[in-house]
Amino acid sequence: MRTTRALLAAAAAAALMLAACTTDEPSDTAAPDETAAAGEDPGAEGEEPEQETADGEFFVRADFDRQLAQRDVAPEGDPATPWLQAIEPEYVDTAQYAQDGNTLCFSNASVSNPWRVTGWITMQQQVEVLQAAGEIGEFRVSDAADDDNKQISDIQAFIDAGDCNAIIISPSTTATLTPAVEAACASGVPVIVFDRGVNSDCMVTFIHPIGGYAYGADGAEFLVDNLEPGSTVLALRILPGVDVLENRWAAAQEIFADSELEILGDEFTGGDGAEIKNIVTQYLQRGEVDGIWMDAGDGAVAAVEAFEDTGNDYPVMVGEDELSFLRKWQETGMTAVAPVYSNFQWRTPILAATMIWAGEQVPQEWVLPQDELTEDDRDEFLDRNADMPALHYAKFGGEDLPGFPTAWQDR
Amino acid sequence: MTVTTQQPAQGPAPQRSAGSRAGDLLARVFGGGSGTVFALLIVVFAAIFIVNPSFAEPPSLMAFLKQAAPLMILAIGQYFVIVSGEFDLSVGSLVGAQVVIAAALIDGEEGRTVPVILLMLGFGILVGLINGLITTLLKVQSFITTLGMMLVLYGAIRLWTGGAPTGALSEAFRQPGRGGIDLAVVRQLPWALMILIGVVIIAVAVMRSSYGRTLIATGDNERAAGFSGVRVWRVRTLAFVISSVLATLAAILIGGYAGVTAQVGQGMEFTAITAVVLGGVALGGGRGWVVAAMAGALTLEALFVLFNQLSMPSTIRPAVQGVIIIAAVAYAARERARPRHHQEVPSQSQSNEA
Repeated sequence: MRTTRALLAAAAAAALMLAACTTDEPSDTAAPDETAAAGEDPGAEGEEPEQETADGEFFVRADFDRQLAQRDVAPEGDPATPWLQAIEPEYVDTAQYAQDGNTLCFSNASVSNPWRVTGWITMQQQVEVLQAAGEIGEFRVSDAADDDNKQISDIQAFIDAGDCNAIIISPSTTATLTPAVEAACASGVPVIVFDRGVNSDCMVTFIHPIGGYAYGADGAEFLVDNLEPGSTVLALRILPGVDVLENRWAAAQEIFADSELEILGDEFTGGDGAEIKNIVTQYLQRGEVDGIWMDAGDGAVAAVEAFEDTGNDYPVMVGEDELSFLRKWQETGMTAVAPVYSNFQWRTPILAATMIWAGEQVPQEWVLPQDELTEDDRDEFLDRNADMPALHYAKFGGEDLPGFPTAWQDR
Repeated sequence: MTVTTQQPAQGPAPQRSAGSRAGDLLARVFGGGSGTVFALLIVVFAAIFIVNPSFAEPPSLMAFLKQAAPLMILAIGQYFVIVSGEFDLSVGSLVGAQVVIAAALIDGEEGRTVPVILLMLGFGILVGLINGLITTLLKVQSFITTLGMMLVLYGAIRLWTGGAPTGALSEAFRQPGRGGIDLAVVRQLPWALMILIGVVIIAVAVMRSSYGRTLIATGDNERAAGFSGVRVWRVRTLAFVISSVLATLAAILIGGYAGVTAQVGQGMEFTAITAVVLGGVALGGGRGWVVAAMAGALTLEALFVLFNQLSMPSTIRPAVQGVIIIAAVAYAARERARPRHHQEVPSQSQSNEA
């Protein structure tokens, strides 16, 4: 009897030891619904498919280099309407789609995080303006609630109905939705894809901000520039295996590798504020943390609070343009940067649809500007969004729409 | 009734010499039975202190307790339901729902804090009542009832908020989970810790009361309890209400601790059930000590800290956690299955379940 017990105890101890020695690093939090939650994360973007990867599962150097270069390219178009600007556009002719029909159909992946909720409101406001002007008739929407299968059948339903004059798709995942998007293209209706991409170029236009590598690099470069060599940085990530988030981290690793910063670790938080706070607190108990890099700004405030509650100095912080973080940043005066995954991109597909119906040219790959928010323009954006709720995104780009500000306040 | 079935693990030791008492205590803690959780707790803490001595400093310990308090409170609530022979799977969703409700209704206005907390309590009681009445009167198994409640709450909140949480919590709302009394040595004596101590004292008192004994009797043998005049449905429904109210309290602490995010509460029901089982409480009811259930939650939280301190890859953590839990429960079970060598002390019988 004693032996059995001793064995059990030994087994547990051995398991602990073994575990401590292993090195690979995916998640403990990837419950199915959480995976969905990350797929819908603000990070959502149209990255290249995984199959094309060269330097690592989630790192394609060519894309990394291109995105970093695109940050310095002046976009074409009026800076007052960034949602209509485009970086290095290659225009395609849309004369074949010119028509009088104006029923617009939209297959949405989900509205399950504040970034998507904000964008969705902006999109609806844009539609209302165009409906009032008579350019859009019916606006038909289906929400897949992060379910690939649901979205595939949503798209099929639009095709079968046969009366959509254009179909806008915000895909929930890249590979799985590709055949559905191709089917929509094959039906002859102009298809507009935005945010995350698919492995096809059959759509008329694919609208997205610069991308995840640029996002990740913005934050990482800020840390390198603002911390002394040898400083310590903790990376907080939502979860592993989601390409849109992995790109951000891959870019950050690339930047950190060339620096003299010490990366204490990269931890998965599931985007949960309590988990973020616990992890940061524990790192602070172990030693100093000089900087925090995050792959999405959700919960950035919880990370900052961990420093406050343990009586430590503020770190150099990488957040996002979510107002709760910007307000905390202004209030504390810490050194920080807010990478932006341009939320105003939700307006573009609607405008693109009306342009296509009018037979106007649109960029085949419509790369929208994606400028980080720095201390210099922080206060300006906070003023502009003074009455907005905490989970609103500063660069939502809807200030000129008639529903502003109430539509974004009552959510 | 077998309410008095003994685990020889705790309870007041009979008068003996100090030395043999200490020896006895050690034997009890490390000898298996429901003392196992305390042994594991000691081992895990020792390991943390070895890996990172600074964790032993009072401010670090206080920060740890502040963070662990919500799960401990949740585990205490879950204990009441499990010991009565049922499950409550809805608590994780309820925590999430309550935080989202609080953020949406308070929306940053300090003045709304107290009314909203009262409303949350009301909602918690309502959820507990529904869980309890459906389980007891409609005779739907609690596993199904509360699983359904978990989904209903999850879906209703998504429907109501349009997918993602909105609004903001007030500073006053965040105080219980985040704030505390500033003191010299510990830096901050968290309100959460004081609330936890209050809950534990009340829980122990309740389990020592006639209600507590009836609850255990019900979990042990529903029919026997019924024949001896216990109104089983009332006893169990009350257990569900206690669980939901404590989940509401946990929600207030978690929301206060870290603010509002969409993921709050996810999976906490299983962590809480694990904690209760780790505390030696028998699934199916009728046996277990509320303080051990709470210690189970503390042990789990400590284990998470240890994993972090060891920089253990997050992939392997659930597996290791699983092995440790199974090993601990098996270790405790062996002791129970074995013929008893310890002297039964009649006065122990009640204190053990309290």
